[in-house]
Amino acid sequence: MEAANVPARTKLLQAHGLILLRRMLLIREFDARAGELLASGEIMGEIHQYIGQEAVAVGVLAGAGAEALVGSTHRGHGHLLARGCAPRPMMAELYGKASGYCKGKGGSMHITSLEHGMLGANAILGASAAIAVGAAFAEKTTQSSRVAVAFFGDGAANQGVLHESMNLAAVWKLPVLFVCENNQYAISLRADHGLSVRDVSSRAAAYGFDGRSVDGMDVLTVYEATCEALRRMRTSSLPFLLEAKTYRYHGHFSAEAAILKHPYRPEDEESVWQRRDPIARLRGELLAHGFVPQEELDALHGDVRAEVEDAVVFARQSPPPSADEAFTDVYATEVAGLPDGVR
Amino acid sequence: MPRIRFAQALHDALAEEMRRDASVIVLGEDVRCGLMGITTGLVDEFGPERVLDTPISEAGFTALAIGAAIRGLRPVVEYQISALPYVAMDQLVNQAAKLRYMTGGQIRIPMVVRVTMSGAAGGLGAQHSDHNYPMLAHMGLKTIMPSSPADAKGLLKSAVRDDDPVIVYEDAKCLSVRGEVPEGDYATPLGRAEVVRNGGAVTIVAIGHMVHEALRASELLDREGIAAEIVDARCVLPLDTHTVLASVARTGRLVVADDSNSFCGFAAEVAARVAGEGFGLLRAPIIRCARPTVPVPFSPPLESAILPSAAGVVRAARQPMEAHMPAGKGADGCT
Repeated sequence: MEAANVPARTKLLQAHGLILLRRMLLIREFDARAGELLASGEIMGEIHQYIGQEAVAVGVLAGAGAEALVGSTHRGHGHLLARGCAPRPMMAELYGKASGYCKGKGGSMHITSLEHGMLGANAILGASAAIAVGAAFAEKTTQSSRVAVAFFGDGAANQGVLHESMNLAAVWKLPVLFVCENNQYAISLRADHGLSVRDVSSRAAAYGFDGRSVDGMDVLTVYEATCEALRRMRTSSLPFLLEAKTYRYHGHFSAEAAILKHPYRPEDEESVWQRRDPIARLRGELLAHGFVPQEELDALHGDVRAEVEDAVVFARQSPPPSADEAFTDVYATEVAGLPDGVR
Repeated sequence: MPRIRFAQALHDALAEEMRRDASVIVLGEDVRCGLMGITTGLVDEFGPERVLDTPISEAGFTALAIGAAIRGLRPVVEYQISALPYVAMDQLVNQAAKLRYMTGGQIRIPMVVRVTMSGAAGGLGAQHSDHNYPMLAHMGLKTIMPSSPADAKGLLKSAVRDDDPVIVYEDAKCLSVRGEVPEGDYATPLGRAEVVRNGGAVTIVAIGHMVHEALRASELLDREGIAAEIVDARCVLPLDTHTVLASVARTGRLVVADDSNSFCGFAAEVAARVAGEGFGLLRAPIIRCARPTVPVPFSPPLESAILPSAAGVVRAARQPMEAHMPAGKGADGCT
């Protein structure tokens, strides 16, 4: 058979390359546009851009499948878009509009769509991974085959609750794929200044399960590693720790450059990582193999930009929440005697 | 009606709810053996999959319970002492209390956190003796603290059935209290205080074991001709201000008996509400009988010097009888 001689990577590229590229482009364009809107003062607060890390969310969530339950982080836009959440209610959430996924009550750091299997985006490092372990527990208890994907970063890798959760997940044999997005910095602290080990994945051994570190700048590698990790989890009935080495091109949060007197990253570091840019790499491979013509790639990029712009228009035109909304969704079971605001 | 111990009532509530609803699970440290006898034996009936001994990881297993609740289970978490909520504070305050709101109501977290052996059981020092039941209510978490076996059973059942996180404080000094418990299935609604003794001279709002201290105090006060009405608040949040105000309307005087730190505490909240909504009903300043805000000392004479008791309630209840508005001192009257 001819197919048997084709390298596995080429087969992956042909089968999934275009859709993976589209998702990565959407993340990049969404967060780039959101950054502009924040800088111009059109949206409030802060955003933590996912730009540079696109291969991780897209590769992991494509590999984990649509059924996986996902614990997301403060840098979560990429996870949602990789999962297929819609740009319109996401952008509306950044605007604090009633049409946002969380009715404007969550904001950038907490955008969630439970119907997409997103368990919440958490601004406390390590917290969502610990909650994802609980979701995996519930799935195991109800004999479902769903797994949980727990995203965290190199910063949260040193958070106590995460270690407790890895131990619990191992002791109770829970189907959790821990994914460390090592983007090299915990705010300003270099990963190797905060971590006792070179590879976060090596810590899995301390909890009695397997781990692996991979190139987080290559979506096909991340995808393949995720599929392999899930196979390992099924045979071992144990969690798995996948570390993706990646890089955020922007600051920890979007306005960082404006307030930091001294940059904490070497000048040439970003350009070194940019040379491994996951989008440029996948694009180049698709073109080199002739799987997609240049014009189609250009059109795709245009489509993605239009989709983001459509989300911006939607968000701008959506009505703000009424003031009464500040007092709803506090409790699921309402009874007399709850605090003043509750209706 | 059968008379049973408070701890037995809690056990029966858990067992009945686990029988009724297969999604109810119990987890915590040593829950299979159950050091206080509350969860003892549950593993025999419901199996190790629903009664889980956890590692010493309060933050981790609380987060696990939150995740499991989001996915439809009804976890009942146990902390063996009242210092342990401090260890899991992020999970309780940032996660359990906020996730529903932050997601615009997309999720429910039907979990119960039982803080058992809460308060000063005696001689255990500062890190085993806090009685911090107002703490999480301050951040909006539903918080209950029954004083009788009947309420222990009925309120815990309501907590399990509630679709929000509910913190259940099990007062160390109530665990061995005996009392009548209705037969059959019943649930006591959250947020309803109960008048447990009628009297026309002074209202004593109490919670947890302070209800029993207040009852003892009321007998002593009777000898002085002071007829105390005692309201068992039963819940910190939701708080039944209505029943308190109705009692103050009859007596014109209010003492709050609260075995927690007085500063920014439960008694302060009750006092503020009555002063704000029932100022015209008051004939004397409101008196708080609560703990001074210091760590609990080990030495028995020091410990008893700071903990509220029946004698403290008596002293507190005399003050509004002697005071005349507006000249009252308004000071803490307990210690």
